[in-house]
Formats: sequence, C-alpha cells, structure tokens
Amino acid sequence: MINLLILPIIIPFVTAVILIFFQKNIVIQRWISTIAAAGGLTASIILVRTVYHEGIQTLNLGSWEAPFGITLVSDMLSALLVTATSLITLCCILFSFQSIGKERERSFYYPVVQFLVVGVNGAFTTGDIFNMFVFFEVMLMSSYVLLVIGGTKIQLRESIKYILVNITSSALFVIAVAYLYSIVGTLNMAHISQRIAEVDQPAILTVLAVLFLIVFGLKGAIFPLFFWLPGAYYAPPAPIMALFGALLTKVGVYSILRTYTLFFYHDTGFTHELLTVLSLITVILGSIAAIAYKDMKKIVIYNIIIAIGVITYGIGAMNADALTGSVFYLIHDMIIKAVLFLLVGLIVSITGSSDYTKFSGLLKHYPLLGWSFFISVLALAGIPPLSGFVGKILIVNGGFSKGDIVGALIILMSSLFVLYSLMRVFINGFWGDPAGSMKKPELKIGSMLFPIIILVISSISYGFFSEWMNMYITQAVEVLIDPAVYIDAVLGNTQTS
Amino acid sequence: MKINDVILETVTKIVVFIILTVAVYLFFSGHNSPGGGFIGGLVLASAFVLLLLAFDIETIQKGIPFDFKRVAALGVFIAVTTGLGAIVFGQPFLTQAFSAFNLPYFGETELATITLFEAGVALAVVGVVVSIILSISEDV
Repeated sequence: MINLLILPIIIPFVTAVILIFFQKNIVIQRWISTIAAAGGLTASIILVRTVYHEGIQTLNLGSWEAPFGITLVSDMLSALLVTATSLITLCCILFSFQSIGKERERSFYYPVVQFLVVGVNGAFTTGDIFNMFVFFEVMLMSSYVLLVIGGTKIQLRESIKYILVNITSSALFVIAVAYLYSIVGTLNMAHISQRIAEVDQPAILTVLAVLFLIVFGLKGAIFPLFFWLPGAYYAPPAPIMALFGALLTKVGVYSILRTYTLFFYHDTGFTHELLTVLSLITVILGSIAAIAYKDMKKIVIYNIIIAIGVITYGIGAMNADALTGSVFYLIHDMIIKAVLFLLVGLIVSITGSSDYTKFSGLLKHYPLLGWSFFISVLALAGIPPLSGFVGKILIVNGGFSKGDIVGALIILMSSLFVLYSLMRVFINGFWGDPAGSMKKPELKIGSMLFPIIILVISSISYGFFSEWMNMYITQAVEVLIDPAVYIDAVLGNTQTS
Repeated sequence: MKINDVILETVTKIVVFIILTVAVYLFFSGHNSPGGGFIGGLVLASAFVLLLLAFDIETIQKGIPFDFKRVAALGVFIAVTTGLGAIVFGQPFLTQAFSAFNLPYFGETELATITLFEAGVALAVVGVVVSIILSISEDV
C-alpha cells in the first residue's frame, strides 16, 4: 500500500477531529484516543518493517512528481522516530486517565494531544523544508494549548514566555527558508541537497547553516538558546511534561541531524566545529544545573539539556560511529525521558512535593515504583546492559576517533553527573526512614504504573537487544552518511536538475 | 437607556445578504481567479460578525443554532476526507479528481474534488473566526 507512510500522520489527525465532536463524553474520548494511538503504533511498526525490507519509502502527495509537489519520505531514521513517538503517546494517554483531571479532559485535552502527534510525526516524515515548517507549527500550536490548558497561574506565566520564544524562532525559520529558496530555488529537501552540491558551498550557505542551527537550536534547546526550557517544562502536569520532554526538543535535534547531514555537509570546518563546541557547553551547563537543584522536575529537565548536548555532539563529530551513536541515543532518550517525567509525576502525586528532601523511605510503600525508578536512572546514565550504554559509547568512540579527546571525556564525565543527580533522588527519597512518607490508598497506583512499566520494559529490551536494533539503525545511518541514497530515493536515478 | 439602533439593524439585514453573496462568489471563483476557501470563509465570517455587532449574542444564536467549534471540526473533517478518498482508490493521499458534467441548468460544467477540500477550508475558517469572537465577547 503506497499510502502506508502517511498513516502515522493521518490516524491521529482524523482521530483529533472526531474527538472534538465528543467534547463532553470523557469515556468515549478515552477509548477512541487509546485505540487510535494503538493503531498508530501498529502502522508505524509495519512501516519500519517495510522500510527495512524495501528501502526508503516515498509518497508524492497529490500525485505530483518529486521536486514539484510535496514529498513525504520515510527512511529508517524517521520510521524509527515515528515508532518511538507513537509508543510514547500511547503510554502518556494511558497515564493521563488517572492523573490529568476531568476539568482538563473536558477542555479538548485528548484532541490536542493527537494534534501534537500529527505535528511531530509529520515533521519526522516530511521531505519538504516548508512543509516541515508547517508541521513544526502544528506541533507548536498544540504545545501552546497543552501548556496553558487548565489555566493555573504558573502555566499562564510560562506559556507567555514559551509562545514568545517560539514565535520568534518560527519567524527566523521562515526567513531562513526564504534565504535558502533564493539561493537554490527549490523547497524539496532532496532537490535542495542536489543543488547545494552543484553550487559548492559559497559563504552564504555557511551563514544559512548557522541560521538553521539557531532556529533548530531554539526548538531543541542547545546552549545559548535553552533559557526558555526550564521554566516552560516546569509548568504543565506530568503527562504533558512527558510528551514535551520526550518529543518536542527531539524534533529540533532531528532537524539539525537532517539538515547537517543532507544540506550542509560540504564545508564542515566551521559549522560542525561550532556545533561541537556549543553542544559541549550545553552538556557542561546542563550537568552543573542538574546537580544544583533539589527539585526532581528541575533535575529531569536539566537532564534533557544534557542529552541534547550529547546527541548534537555526535552530529558535530560527523563520522559513522558518532552518527550511529546519536541515532541510538536519540531513540533511547525519547523513551527514557518520558519514563522519568511520568515517574516524577507519580511520585509528586504520592508525596505532594517535588523536593526530594521532603520525603524518604518510599521504597517500603511502593517497591515496584522504586525499582522502576532505579532501573530507569541506571539506563539514563548508561550502565552497560541497559539502553543508554550503546549510544553513548559509540558517540564517545566517534569523538576519540576524530581526535577530540577533551570533548569525548566531557561526554563521559557527564554520565557521572547524570547518575549522581538522579541517584540522589533515589537515595534520599526511596531509602531511609519509611516514616518519612506514607501510602496513599485512594491513588489508583496500578493503572498509573502500568504505562510506565511498558516504557521501562521497552527501554530495557532496547538495551538488551541492541544487536538486533543495530540492523535497523545501521540502515538509518547509511542514509545520513551518504545523502545520495536519500536523493535517489526521492528524485529517482534519471532525474537531472 | 435603551439605544435605538433601528438604522443599523435594517442596513445590516440587507448588507448581510450582499456579503454572503460575495462570499459564495469568492468561494467558487477561487479555481480560476483570486478567491478560494480561505477568503470566502473570512468574508462569510465577517457577515456573522456584522450580525453580532448589530444584534446581541442570544438573538444570533437563536437564529443560527450552530456550535461553531463543531463547524470548524466538520470543516477539517471534510478536508481530510477528500484526501482519504484518494487512498480508497489506491492513489497517493490528496490526489484530486475532476471531470466535466452536463448539468441541467449550468450546461457543460467542470466539477473537481478540490472544491470539497476548499469547502472544508471555508467551514474551518468560519468556525474558528466566529468561535474566537464569541468566546472573547462572552466574558465581558
């Protein structure tokens, strides 16, 4: 079926529209959104299998030939990211049932979540730079609504900042696309890549590469553009925070990965060096901030920034090892950040405080919660059998083979800070005197823990079966290293510009 | 004191129909000349806004008993469905079809599925604009 790759975009879109008609009926909303999320996950898994067996899938929307119409391109990288997105969405929706509250469920919560997925999946799948902008806007507008939904004071304050920053960066995105269009005269990403190879990187393209880095860096929170993130992600409730932390910044990182491997790979001296330096500063500042706070939400938020730095360092290194590592780490980090935000949300709703010094001995009352937290912290830090290990070791390996010993060591050291920042939470909050906390029988812990366990299990198996995952990821990296594969798949071999 | 705005109300009753006609004209002219779903929808919405200015919200909602949030949703639904129609026929998403028909009154007319898509756009625009204006005005 040629329309397979659009299903992860269309299913949530149609679902969102249908859900608007059932605004007051929460039970139907829950059922429809769960079924749709499961359907989206199934479609994306089939998509991964199809891409694995038959190569890159392309779809010319409206039957218009490649450089003239909008083309959707699903290579292995985007198929895997779409699958991770669908899995995380399903789990966040399941977690919302008990935690988000009836008031928010009645104010279009589920439709907006589906619209967010439309934006994220679309941005991962599109092969057209302006279409990518449109999907960014779909994603961002849904995130504005999700940030402000419920209307508490802190949400209103933070959403003003968040909207201001994102409108600025969207305007910059349009300007960057306009410049690019004035140079190459096309918007199709494969065609842009081909034309850039012909004009052989004049200085204006280096300027554009930096402009795109600023745009996507604002979306994806790298130094010095991450100032908006800690406040904005602190405001909304746990499942929304998990969706934001797992998906939004990763779309920015994916866009950096795509543009820096497909467009701006000819003259890497300045741009990729800049990306490397910025990501190392991101990692260092994130590590300092992660150990500075006693607030669990803040700690996890700064761990996002560290992970962004680690992934972009791999992109900056630009060799096979480092790119493989970045892709491994990107998918791992999406899953594990969703787990951590959901766990923190659950802990806050049990103890009523996000300051981990305010409670202790939680392990006595909630052993399953405690051990899933422990496992996910180890996975985040990159302890060998778990999921964070392979990605980070490959990134570090790529850094060493590039000769950047300081950078690779900084990436390694950051793991210690990550481990320390969250293990403190475990030691202070879960160990110690059981009298420091108590059981909350009215909380339906089982149904809230269930989606978390699904994500923890997928994270663990992602680590244990990394050899098996490697078949897929190798295929994803082939496209990143050799853009000709991508161009051939979109434009065909006969195409002459 | 109740202000008597009989002139405004009478003029509105006439002008609204002119605006609606222009909206429909703009909507159908979009294929070959300036116009289309977005502009048609905005002009259509401006007719509702003029009615809201001349009369009060309760009267308008009694006369036009739609939930405009649902109108917007219906518009998006129609627009997606025209794209989904292509999938049913095994074509890429959003592939449009057109063909000439011999209609009884209009004679030889070209009908295209893009008109349905544009109708969805127009409904979405009307729904969104009127929802915004209604929800802002309710609080005051």
